[in-house]
Amino acid sequence: MKPFEYARAGSPSDAVRRFRPGTMYLGGGTNLVDLMRLGVARPERLVDVSRLPLDAIEPVGDRLRIGAAVRNSDLAADPLIRRRYPMLARAVLAGASGQVRNMATVAGNLLQRTRCAYFQDVSRPCNKRRPGSGCPAIEGDHSNLAVLGASDACVATHPSDLAVALAALEAEVHVTGPGGDRIIPMPGLHRLPGDAPERDTVLEPGDLITAVELPAPPPGASAYRKVRERASFAFALVSIAAVLDVRDGVVSGCRIALGSLAHAPWRAERAEQALIGGPATGEAFLEAAEAELAQARPLPRNAFKVPLARNLIVNTLEELAP
Amino acid sequence: MDITLQVNGLPRTVDVDPRMSLLDLLRERLGLIGSKKGCDHGQCGACTVLVDGRRANSCLALAVAMDGSEITTVEGLANGDELHPLQAAFIEHDAFQCGYCTPGQLCSAAGMLGEPGPSAVTPDVLVDPDLTPEEIRERMSGNLCRCGAYVNIVSAIAEVAR
Repeated sequence: MKPFEYARAGSPSDAVRRFRPGTMYLGGGTNLVDLMRLGVARPERLVDVSRLPLDAIEPVGDRLRIGAAVRNSDLAADPLIRRRYPMLARAVLAGASGQVRNMATVAGNLLQRTRCAYFQDVSRPCNKRRPGSGCPAIEGDHSNLAVLGASDACVATHPSDLAVALAALEAEVHVTGPGGDRIIPMPGLHRLPGDAPERDTVLEPGDLITAVELPAPPPGASAYRKVRERASFAFALVSIAAVLDVRDGVVSGCRIALGSLAHAPWRAERAEQALIGGPATGEAFLEAAEAELAQARPLPRNAFKVPLARNLIVNTLEELAP
Repeated sequence: MDITLQVNGLPRTVDVDPRMSLLDLLRERLGLIGSKKGCDHGQCGACTVLVDGRRANSCLALAVAMDGSEITTVEGLANGDELHPLQAAFIEHDAFQCGYCTPGQLCSAAGMLGEPGPSAVTPDVLVDPDLTPEEIRERMSGNLCRCGAYVNIVSAIAEVAR
């Protein structure tokens, strides 16, 4: 591991003040420390933000504010989250292990990097790690990489379960930084790779996530489901966060966010548009899923993710329909 | 950098390189070799210790970031010569073969028994479930056992959970 300086920030503004090029913020470290050990992340300076007083979950009117340093396990166990946003608790519990959830922070979860094997192997080219060096995944092992929104430069997927639920819940990400404070509505935090896959998010250097704010829960039934290669402690092949509101047999509200299919949580707007105002039937769900996935551009070894996603969308909506 | 930790109840002040993991600090500097280095990537759980009472992968924790924390390792579970109930149950249920994962399994189980709330297999997230074998398996999925002693590990933990 490359030598680095370490400092503990006293406040969010202190953290931002300490930021210089080569600095990274340290949360729970469950991804960053691993990437440093692999030589993928090579910070010159860590500013530890894991003990900032950003660890509360508190109602703000009919909204709920989650501090950026709240541990994933505390988020999933919180009574208000479980009662008002059960889908969010499900998403967090679907990720990682008990140990990792105890360490990992909310902001760190959102800012974790792709688990693409080429990104994590410094002996291989990777446009995300070393811009312009190429993407061996396109010709190589891309079996769990993107089928939606990828580019010729990068087919990485974002691995967070939490981010998928937040995209469906239309959460706001609160950020402070050298340029002041701002609010980023989900799923706008993460970006598609385009020709700049080195940028996972729209954050600027020195930006620090301070909180995630949830609007009042949308009406309807909700679910988070995750398909993976083993029953626990594995990243998703496909995941879905869905909300379905049906009145008199007609879909009055629908939100669908998909995980592990793209460089960012994928809000399935075409499927939602196709469903709203129509009947809540299996046939309609299938048509909506196919409308969304018509945009998919799978590679030879990940084509299975398209029917898997279609079936997951249909099955989840059928389960949520009254 | 000087850091001070409470390790198994004793204050320890150590000068550490910022690169040092908590696991390496425990093993290489404090001589507490119970915590094991399996994968060093947070995937196997052999390095699990309790940090301020909560289970964590000590290989993924930078020692400097733990300044001021209370650490409990497998060496600190027993009360003198009296085994921790989990240790006694692991012996009773023959919950190991080679034993390499056992310190991590014990610390993980000790932390897990104090964790309220649902897991990924809990039918209703509003209800704190009983620790059925299915719940124990899910909650212990961060600890691998290459000998495959899982059946007895689950039964040992279930006995203590009752």
